[in-house]
Amino acid sequence: MSILVNSDSRVVVQGLTGATGSFHAQQCMAYGTRVVAGVTPGKGGTRHLDVPVFDTVVDAVRAACANVSLIFVPPPFAADAILEAADAGVALVVCITEGVPVLDMARVRARLREMNAAGNPVRLIGPNCPGVITPGQCKLGIMPGYIHKPGSVGVVSRSGTLTYEAVWQLTSHGFGQSTAVGIGGDPIAGTGFTDVLALFEKDPETNAVVMIGEIGGSAEEEAARFFKKKMSKPVFSFIAGKMAPPGRRMGHAGAIIEGGSGTHAAKTQALQAAGITVIENLSQIGETVAKHGKELVA
Amino acid sequence: MKLLEHEAKALFRSRGVPVPPTGGVIKTLGRLSGALKRAGKGPWVLKAQVLAGGRGKAGGVKLAKNASEAKAAAKAILGMRLISPQTGPQGVLVHEVLVDKATDIARELYLSIVLDRREGRPVVMASAEGGMEIEQLAREKPGAILREPVSPARGIDDFQARRMGFALRLTAEQVTSFVKMVRALTRLFIDYDASLVEVNPLVVTKKGELIALDAKMSTDDNALFRHPDLASRDDIEAGALEKQAKKVGISYIELDGSIGCMVNGAGLAMATMDTVSLAGGRPANFLDVGGGANADQVTRAFQIILKDKRVKAVLVNIFGGIMKCTTIADGVLQAVKKVHLNVPLIVRLEGTQVAEAKAILDKSGLPMIQADSLWDAAQKAVKAASEAPR
Repeated sequence: MSILVNSDSRVVVQGLTGATGSFHAQQCMAYGTRVVAGVTPGKGGTRHLDVPVFDTVVDAVRAACANVSLIFVPPPFAADAILEAADAGVALVVCITEGVPVLDMARVRARLREMNAAGNPVRLIGPNCPGVITPGQCKLGIMPGYIHKPGSVGVVSRSGTLTYEAVWQLTSHGFGQSTAVGIGGDPIAGTGFTDVLALFEKDPETNAVVMIGEIGGSAEEEAARFFKKKMSKPVFSFIAGKMAPPGRRMGHAGAIIEGGSGTHAAKTQALQAAGITVIENLSQIGETVAKHGKELVA
Repeated sequence: MKLLEHEAKALFRSRGVPVPPTGGVIKTLGRLSGALKRAGKGPWVLKAQVLAGGRGKAGGVKLAKNASEAKAAAKAILGMRLISPQTGPQGVLVHEVLVDKATDIARELYLSIVLDRREGRPVVMASAEGGMEIEQLAREKPGAILREPVSPARGIDDFQARRMGFALRLTAEQVTSFVKMVRALTRLFIDYDASLVEVNPLVVTKKGELIALDAKMSTDDNALFRHPDLASRDDIEAGALEKQAKKVGISYIELDGSIGCMVNGAGLAMATMDTVSLAGGRPANFLDVGGGANADQVTRAFQIILKDKRVKAVLVNIFGGIMKCTTIADGVLQAVKKVHLNVPLIVRLEGTQVAEAKAILDKSGLPMIQADSLWDAAQKAVKAASEAPR
């Protein structure tokens, strides 16, 4: 099973002809992802990386039956690209772009909420994220494919390289992943921890979840509440930023302790109180899952 | 980016939000009498223009009844090192003082517009308990905070602001000015891509007028491309090294420890700091070299880290994702040769072709300590830093 993407996903890459889009689309294709089209306004009718390029997403959906979009367009145009994909009927939109203005994302959230209410649900992952991968089936993003292997641990994370670190440790300890989802490091994300935990809870092929959080906001606290009420599968968590000074943005736009909220201590406390195993030492993710979760994950 | 009080007040004024009559900002005592004249008849309030909160208790805000008191106040504030819970123990140097006409206060209220991260939209918050820190209020009397969601497209509707105004027990006439103020500040928030607009306190004067006595505002760095006026402004909060790093795409924050950290990715950079501390050391910085950890970028990162003279060891922690570890190892070697590295270097690489990369580093003959995991690297760095000569 897996969640969000699999070998049937038909991907349109928005910003395919740009340097970043081009490079990563090639990597995705090499992994086996079915990239069926690209979109670059003004370059419709051409071909790039051996797939057709369209001027609009709706053309790509009609002509190439794309059902998933992967976005690499620059920050000033990213929100518009997301809305274009949503409007074209793409059910899953993954936005890799870093640096999208927060109010642009607020507008996107408002529109997606309206579409959802009108019965046209669109799931957005990101922005400012590494993407989503279902090992062995579909790599939709910028993560290195080779560190993953198919298996039954779900991974969800606000950070790119920390996800790679966690995945690599899991793989090295013999635990494959059902799907690894990077939800991104921005203050407003399309999809939060709670949404992804709900998907993993429902997925019969996921037996345990590793959740990588960081300081700032309250997504981890919300996840703790959700876990306590609705989840039967074990969750292991690591929270980055214990040493981060308050009031400073730690690289990610969303990683900031504001007015004493969003601290490492508060998150750890909420997760532990809910029954989630919190791993303090990043290097011990693999062995902690091995110790606690062997029978569940085997 | 955070704005100073007088900058935020200038924006408020431009949108018709009432603020106290002001004599402007002065940097020297010689400008004081002119400022007092511009502000109008005394008493006056002199306020240190720094980004940190808690200025009042730290001695950065003084009331002056006459010209000689004003002079004493300006003398005390200009050039002072203001230390509040928000500045850290080293405090911040005060270069500017705002001279405002003092306001007769009948009531103090609280008003702000912030980003509600969970709902993914701005929210207006107000409370009858002005002057108190909102965080403290949220902890102690969460029920005393009124909230109204803001549509990022439409702003706020009048009825929402009116509802708040009456709940704050304002008179009908005051509610009318309150609605106008909330609408203007919400518009300002949206127009400037703000992440915070705060008026604390919002006062009701003895005559019954509403005035924004203080103003705090910060804006979204991601949106600076559409605000050239803000983008060209000096970022007061960032230190010299931080600004230098930013120019070359490196995200760097100076801390007070002795172990310099060079990491790719913000999350991994934070986790590296945490691991150093778990191993008994203290990180000297947060540093994310960015996506392309190539020789040039690694060299620049070394140069920035080594400018901090407290650094006694450097820990490089790079997860070679799509970029191979061998490429990163070559880059690290080139960088080490270029910079004059006079402290122990601990390198932990992980990812594709890591064994080959380790062999490259071994064969280089350059002094460096290799580590197998982040935990191993952190322990080795802490040991190396503690053994380093002072």
